[in-house]
Amino acid sequence: MVGWTDFERATIQSIFSKMNYDDVGPAALSRCLVVYPWTQRYFGNFGNLYNAAAIQGNPMVAAHGKTVLHGLDRAVKNMDDIKATYAELSVLHSEKLRVDPDNFRLLADCLTIVVAARMGAAFTADVQGAFQKFLAVVVSSLGKQYH
Amino acid sequence: MQANHVDGLYWCKKWLTNTFTQTCAVRPSRHSTSTHSTSATGYNMLTDHEKELIAKIWDKMIPVASDIGAECLLRMMTTFPGTKTYFAHLDIRPRSPHLRSHGKKIVLAIAECSKDISSMMVTLAPLQTLHVYKLRIDPCNFKLLCHCILVTLAAHMGDEFDPVAHAAMDKYLSAFAAVLAEKYR
Repeated sequence: MVGWTDFERATIQSIFSKMNYDDVGPAALSRCLVVYPWTQRYFGNFGNLYNAAAIQGNPMVAAHGKTVLHGLDRAVKNMDDIKATYAELSVLHSEKLRVDPDNFRLLADCLTIVVAARMGAAFTADVQGAFQKFLAVVVSSLGKQYH
Repeated sequence: MQANHVDGLYWCKKWLTNTFTQTCAVRPSRHSTSTHSTSATGYNMLTDHEKELIAKIWDKMIPVASDIGAECLLRMMTTFPGTKTYFAHLDIRPRSPHLRSHGKKIVLAIAECSKDISSMMVTLAPLQTLHVYKLRIDPCNFKLLCHCILVTLAAHMGDEFDPVAHAAMDKYLSAFAAVLAEKYR
């Protein structure tokens, strides 16, 4: 089980309660597809991903970005047992979606950068530390059921 | 808190294991395409437009090099506590003069190199020697600092640090780190 300080708990709750999911979700996923183009391999049926503009304007990418970001809600609400919370999703990503678990880390990095861009100076080193620790736990949990 | 310190090290180790694989996996393409300019290093991953973008961004950072550099280092040491082990000889509290002067050196080196990316191997030769023989920083840490540089740029530039700028900068910093580590063994 992961130990969280009061600061870390408060920081995570605060970031997600203030987050605009309709903005951040699409921004994070589209950024991942642009910065790490090999991640596009999982989105063959999403239509036009030919260049950055196409990716950022693609409605399927936007919709999926929101879905993925809302997927983090479960972890935000269950910070004390994220591993169990994501056991089923981990199996899904491994057995059905067949996503290389390294991609979770790439998306987490892009999400961090989008949040940093939105929060500006308020995204201090300590806030970043808490946010990235949270995402590292999520990423690890999603990779747990791979075998 | 004791528990948090142990947690921090644990997550840092997990991050390090994963990121080193990533650093090794991304190799610059040696095949020249019409949109990529050939460089002396053989790194053809950056278009001329991307090189201009990178140089422009770093040019703006030069006057605030101490602030930006200190912030990058602080972000890295907070998020990845294992990196603190390289700074036992410095005062690394926020706003310390050591952090600012050290951060300034790093930012100025990256900014200087961005003015002529094609000559990276020549420009960085002295720094290569420094990192190999004196500093001997485990190269997996370069990736961690690069990530924190990207976060710092995002926090300062907001929407201007769009996905295209992010991709270009990530490629540049990866190449920079790879060149620094090239003579390690």
